[in-house]
Amino acid sequence: MHIAHIVAAGMGGIRTAGDLVAWMQLSRKMKITEAKQYVADKLGIEIIDLTNEEIMRQIRQARGIGVITSIAGDPKGMRAKFKISELLNIHINSVDLFKSEMT
Amino acid sequence: MKDRFRTRMGDGELVSLSTGQVKDDIQAGTRDAAARADIPELTEDDVQQLLDIITEPSRVVSVAPGQEVIVTDDGCSMSFYAGQDSGGIGIPMSRLQAILTYERACAADTTSLGHSDYSFKPVKSIINYEMNEYYTASMLTTAPFFYGAQPNLGLYFQPDGPHPNPADLLPQRKIKEARATQEAAAEQLREDLVFVGKKLNSVGCEGLNFDTCGSAGDADFLAALQAMADLKEVTPNMPVIMGASGEFVLGMHGELTFNGKQLAGMYPHQQAKVAEAAGTRIFGVAIGTNTTKSVAWNVARTVTFVKATVAVANIPIHVNVGMGVGGVPMMETPPIDSVTRASKSLVQIGKADGL
Repeated sequence: MHIAHIVAAGMGGIRTAGDLVAWMQLSRKMKITEAKQYVADKLGIEIIDLTNEEIMRQIRQARGIGVITSIAGDPKGMRAKFKISELLNIHINSVDLFKSEMT
Repeated sequence: MKDRFRTRMGDGELVSLSTGQVKDDIQAGTRDAAARADIPELTEDDVQQLLDIITEPSRVVSVAPGQEVIVTDDGCSMSFYAGQDSGGIGIPMSRLQAILTYERACAADTTSLGHSDYSFKPVKSIINYEMNEYYTASMLTTAPFFYGAQPNLGLYFQPDGPHPNPADLLPQRKIKEARATQEAAAEQLREDLVFVGKKLNSVGCEGLNFDTCGSAGDADFLAALQAMADLKEVTPNMPVIMGASGEFVLGMHGELTFNGKQLAGMYPHQQAKVAEAAGTRIFGVAIGTNTTKSVAWNVARTVTFVKATVAVANIPIHVNVGMGVGGVPMMETPPIDSVTRASKSLVQIGKADGL
């Protein structure tokens, strides 16, 4: 059932830009249109391409914010979230904690 | 246009309805929601759009490109390893494996961790275990990663908890005592929610989900709102989100207020405003499915509540669309024809910010 909702109406998570838009809703309480526009502006693309796998795959790999397939050595998890917090200019609690543990 | 269409009842039964019957059900559904909550009915355009979605011949439908929304989750990864009572499929995999599978194999926008019991009270006694598991998983996840559980005030009443049970007191006409025990239990729940929240914040929790708030009535809803406000002060960098348990806050107490607003009887558009005032980052509306009515009736009714809520809220509104809520049939294996029609309708007509 979750998968049906994801396929019918979801943004595609780290396959596209779903996680990035979700971060904006969560961190800045942005409604969906505002959150999409914010992320699209940060990435320099149109809103329609936020869910375009062909575009987002290349952007995610180039920016080191994690791609859905497993590439040995490529950022994913905490390393990707470091870059996502910088890209979107937001605080991510786990990233802030990790940074504080490194100093 | 075909004369009859394959659709479902709220219990999942496959039925064949005419275009006229589907339209009548849509209009009756929106009228029901509007009358109950004193909100606008769907417009003629909305009704026509909904009719088109319900009668679309495809088995599965979807939103138009560019209209996708965020699908948050409330323990969805648990479905991989949980049993039938949680809608689970019983695969012997760890919670970490399930979380990463949900994020990467299902392309979910968010993912989450939760204890099998999924209530805050049992989490309190094993919080160190949960903190460890959360911290480890958060090193590996990329999408927003929640910790979720239900306030579930019912667990604080006898025989499960220390407080006299209002369900025993009310039939004895002990109204004052029933109210007092709910107030005491709610205060203990509030403390537990804050305790768990502070502990998870200490391991970098990216989002805490108060799921199914108000399941035991207005005292349950109040405890969640108060804990939300408390956590906003003490853990400001940890987003807390809130999901409701129903379209109507049950007045088991009847006189409780938050910010001067009476909680009993609140409908989604009112629930969202008090949740917003308490500090939630996202609010999840929950509209029950009537099993004796058609999917068209149920979806129309849900969309009416959602559209009114989105119109007044300054925060993202996500719609609960699990089994038996949000227009989704009340059954263990909700048919994907109905599930996807609910998704599309809530996003395109209800203007939901997420599901």
